[in-house]
Amino acid sequence: MTQTLNKIKSRLIAFSLLSSLILLYSQSFGQSGDKSLLGAGSTFINPLFSKMFAEYNKKTGMEVNYQSIGSGGGILQLTNKTVDFGASDGPLNDEQTTKMGVPVLHIPMASGAVVLTYNLPGVNASLKLTPDVIADMFLGKITKWDDKGITALNAGITIPSFPILIVHRSDGSGTTNIFTNYLSKVSPEWSSKVGSGGAVNWPTGLGGKGSEGVSGLVKQTPGAVGYVELIYALQNKMSFAQVKNLKGKFIMPSLTSVSAASNIQLPDDAKVFITNTDAADGYPISGFTWVIIYKEQNYSSRSMQRAQNLLQLLWWNIHDGQQYTTPLNYSPLSKGALQVAEKILKSATYNGKAILK
Amino acid sequence: MTNYPQYSVRVIHYLNMEAIQQKIEEIPVKKNRGSNGQIRMEYVFRRTLVIAALLMVVLVFGIMLTLIIESTPSMKSLGIKYLWGKTWDPINNVYGSYSFLLGTLLTSFLALIISIPFSFAVAFYLGEYKPTGWFSNFLKNTVDLIAAVPSVIYGFWGLIVLVPIVRNLEMKIGVLPYGIGIFTASLVLAIMIIPYAASLGREMIRLVPSSLKEGAYSLGATKWEVIHRVILPYTKSGLFAGILLSLGRALGETMAVTMVIGNTSMIPTSIFAPGNTMASVIANEFNEADHTLYWSALVELGLVLFLVTVVINMIGKRIIKRFTNE
Repeated sequence: MTQTLNKIKSRLIAFSLLSSLILLYSQSFGQSGDKSLLGAGSTFINPLFSKMFAEYNKKTGMEVNYQSIGSGGGILQLTNKTVDFGASDGPLNDEQTTKMGVPVLHIPMASGAVVLTYNLPGVNASLKLTPDVIADMFLGKITKWDDKGITALNAGITIPSFPILIVHRSDGSGTTNIFTNYLSKVSPEWSSKVGSGGAVNWPTGLGGKGSEGVSGLVKQTPGAVGYVELIYALQNKMSFAQVKNLKGKFIMPSLTSVSAASNIQLPDDAKVFITNTDAADGYPISGFTWVIIYKEQNYSSRSMQRAQNLLQLLWWNIHDGQQYTTPLNYSPLSKGALQVAEKILKSATYNGKAILK
Repeated sequence: MTNYPQYSVRVIHYLNMEAIQQKIEEIPVKKNRGSNGQIRMEYVFRRTLVIAALLMVVLVFGIMLTLIIESTPSMKSLGIKYLWGKTWDPINNVYGSYSFLLGTLLTSFLALIISIPFSFAVAFYLGEYKPTGWFSNFLKNTVDLIAAVPSVIYGFWGLIVLVPIVRNLEMKIGVLPYGIGIFTASLVLAIMIIPYAASLGREMIRLVPSSLKEGAYSLGATKWEVIHRVILPYTKSGLFAGILLSLGRALGETMAVTMVIGNTSMIPTSIFAPGNTMASVIANEFNEADHTLYWSALVELGLVLFLVTVVINMIGKRIIKRFTNE
């Protein structure tokens, strides 16, 4: 008798556990509840998005859940329609566009930059470098720091004779994408020999994992030079180089010079690398980071309310949300970029009709 | 018998049989649920074991099948040249696993060579010289702790502590003072794989019948002679199995290696040069592999690593078999 009672008890417990798990799980399929939005993608923009979405939640009560799984992951999730928006440090390439099938919108959110950080014992000032010198260094053609190409640009600084040790990223990354894109634009030899992308076949140098890996290696090795995100260099107080831009000025990387880089004539779809910018005060190794959404918002039985919530969030991001960029060392959108972003957001449709008026 | 004159012998016999029969029937009732239930339980237990074992086999073959299927785009476009290709170019979609294969084999075997003296020393000391005692327990627990530390921590430790030491060494020798490279990675790996051969070796040595050892000691053999003449021939296959375990661990190690090996796709020119291993490449580049051919080339690299591990294990088992049969 007690045996059957025990059996019934255990089966009841198991059933209730299982059903509560199923209920919990089905709740998290957020499509049904329009009170939260889901995004995924770039790790670069994660600190900024965390702050922005927390503030947006305080203001409007809308919960935005962002997973920083990398730009590639974000694009994949958007293709699979499991998230409302993806975030990426680079625009979609041809293969990803084909896989997506339908048109998507790239909305710039903020700008970042790539700086060249180095470790030269005895040199604390900021070295001046030109595009050709940088390309030659990374191609392995300039092998010593006291090479004529570098000393000619830095007349006032005594540069010790160390061999140049290049440090690049070992993992695929948006930072590498921006940097190699710049090098491809300024050096035809780089463009034909190496090319540009998230991961390339570096002619020389060591690889470090993440910006932490690169900066760790640079800090430890005298004579090393590597490229890291500006945010990272600022937060870790590293010395970095001034780069000559297209207009001939040596620009020190900073939040203002990076914003200025995007204050140029941008294409209407904002799918552009703003490296080697022709803005007079712009830092030449800058790039946007984008949020990507579907142009036609009525897919997978999404509601009009949900589409409106998403568009309103993104509108807030590029206007009021920009106040959170500078404290976190991100560069806010310039006036030109803001105008383009607004136009793009207004072109999002639901059943063919524009969502934002 | 004499106290019961009223009963005949037959009745008494029958009463005795009854008592015996009762006793026989009592026995199963005192045990669990009767012999039928016991048989059923045995059957269920055996079934569960067989299912669990089959699940393992299915899993391994499933993994291999997935690797083969997902790497077909890369196999179709690159063919067999993938195995000896020296470039890894995601932009022009030219992939070759040669330098990573070389890096994996170099670091693993170098780590094995460095770690064998240490793991055998620990095994012999704990197995033969001091099998009991507080120091022996302490040493055993410390060596097991080496295996318990997460590999990422070894990577950090290597990067922060070992790399400057190796860099100073390289400056003294006169090679380019990278600090990171094949040698550093092998050192870190060697430390990580010591516990596997040491633990297994120690157990094997303790399993040697003490009668054999005592016989040798009574004949006047020294400790070294006992180890050399009695223990080693007996435990040869077990010690080699421990080495194989260590090697298997070293081949697959990812995180600790990727932090100190230099991550360059060029072929290492010396053991102090930077290199790369297959596991390290996959871990680094998988997340952001943004086109199918790139992704498929990485899966093919995983398949090559899988096959290398299988081949090395098969060769190792053959050698163990030969040791056991000698």
